[in-house]
Amino acid sequence: MIEPCKFLERHGFKVTYLPVDEYGLVDPDSVRKTITDKTILISIMHGNNEIGTIEPIADIGKIARDAGVYFHTDAVQTVGHIPTGVNELGVNLLSMSAHKLYGPKGVGALYIRKGTRLSPLIHGGDQEKGRRASTENVPGIVGLGKAVELAQQEMTEEAERLSFLRDKLITGLQEGIDHSRLNGHPVNRLPNNVNVSIEYVEGESMVLNLDLEGICCSTGSACTSSSLEPSHVLLAINLSHELAHGSLRFSLGKWNTEEDIDKVLNTLPGIISRLRAMSPLVKKP
Amino acid sequence: MPDPTSLYSEKVMEHFRNPRNVGDMENPDGTGHVGNPVCGDIMELYIKVNDNTITDAKFKTFGCGAAIATSSMVTEMVIGKTIEEALEISNRAVAEALGGLPPVKMHCSVLAEEALKLAIDDYLAKREKQDGENE
Repeated sequence: MIEPCKFLERHGFKVTYLPVDEYGLVDPDSVRKTITDKTILISIMHGNNEIGTIEPIADIGKIARDAGVYFHTDAVQTVGHIPTGVNELGVNLLSMSAHKLYGPKGVGALYIRKGTRLSPLIHGGDQEKGRRASTENVPGIVGLGKAVELAQQEMTEEAERLSFLRDKLITGLQEGIDHSRLNGHPVNRLPNNVNVSIEYVEGESMVLNLDLEGICCSTGSACTSSSLEPSHVLLAINLSHELAHGSLRFSLGKWNTEEDIDKVLNTLPGIISRLRAMSPLVKKP
Repeated sequence: MPDPTSLYSEKVMEHFRNPRNVGDMENPDGTGHVGNPVCGDIMELYIKVNDNTITDAKFKTFGCGAAIATSSMVTEMVIGKTIEEALEISNRAVAEALGGLPPVKMHCSVLAEEALKLAIDDYLAKREKQDGENE
């Protein structure tokens, strides 16, 4: 949401950015206190893509409704993975993307509660009741519909299966690697997300070594970005630069098995001890 | 996401997988320390000098694949060189010896050059101090 907010600021809107706690949670009370009579929109993401923290959207939804302010949530990470009933969440607007639930790339959806008035971003034709000009991407829309249908059938079981694998990976990493920490909330967490920081080693060097072993994951280290700045999410939960550079994110999916988790747990400690042996941050005893 | 190893040349990956001259050095004649945790790369380079020639070099690095590969390459390049020859080694020469680096990673070769220069400066400063004491 940061970039759209910056765009709005360039057009004269005033935006308040709320802090998060050490787990990445937004405090609903801080939302309540920030609302003024000029507030027109609150937007809080449902599940964080980097650290997996699930925000208290339903609590914030009540606050927004009481204040009569439109409430939007970015549910790209959650639709099809955990319940996202728009009435339970209390949102006016919810955005989602098909490829995050095994649908086609290049298509998403915006839920708009009845009575929520929006001006279009793309002007011209009167497609989608004048909300978005241009010919509809019919194959994409059908694909998204099918992906949602399949996700609905599998979600409860799959969330349980992935949560088990996730927790096995988190526990295994914490037990197998000293000086490591979990990033994000331990319980209010996406079933498919594991994000850890490993002290004294840099993320890209771990990612490369894991890739050579056939394990794909990503890092919040600046070394993999063109900006040379580490992940703003990891800095927002108060991680030091060193720990942000030493982060690893594993995203689990439909085709991951318990053997995959065992493979990571058997492979990563060796990689880390090799990298730590060459790290000047490990002080000699 | 593209294959992360595809960013690098074969030579970079080879040095990354099998870095040369890793580790600490007992009583180095010169030490160079560059980088900081904020930027994500830290290099420490140690040299042994005998009769104006660098006889050994070792490194320790916290950083990405390119940082590790450039550290490894620069140690390989300096061993056997005179101090004057070693001062001629540029970051471009290190990058070229590795078969090139992606543009966003060129700063790693700069760190390697700086670490080497600092290690040599440290050696020269120590020698000057010693010479002063001996007089």
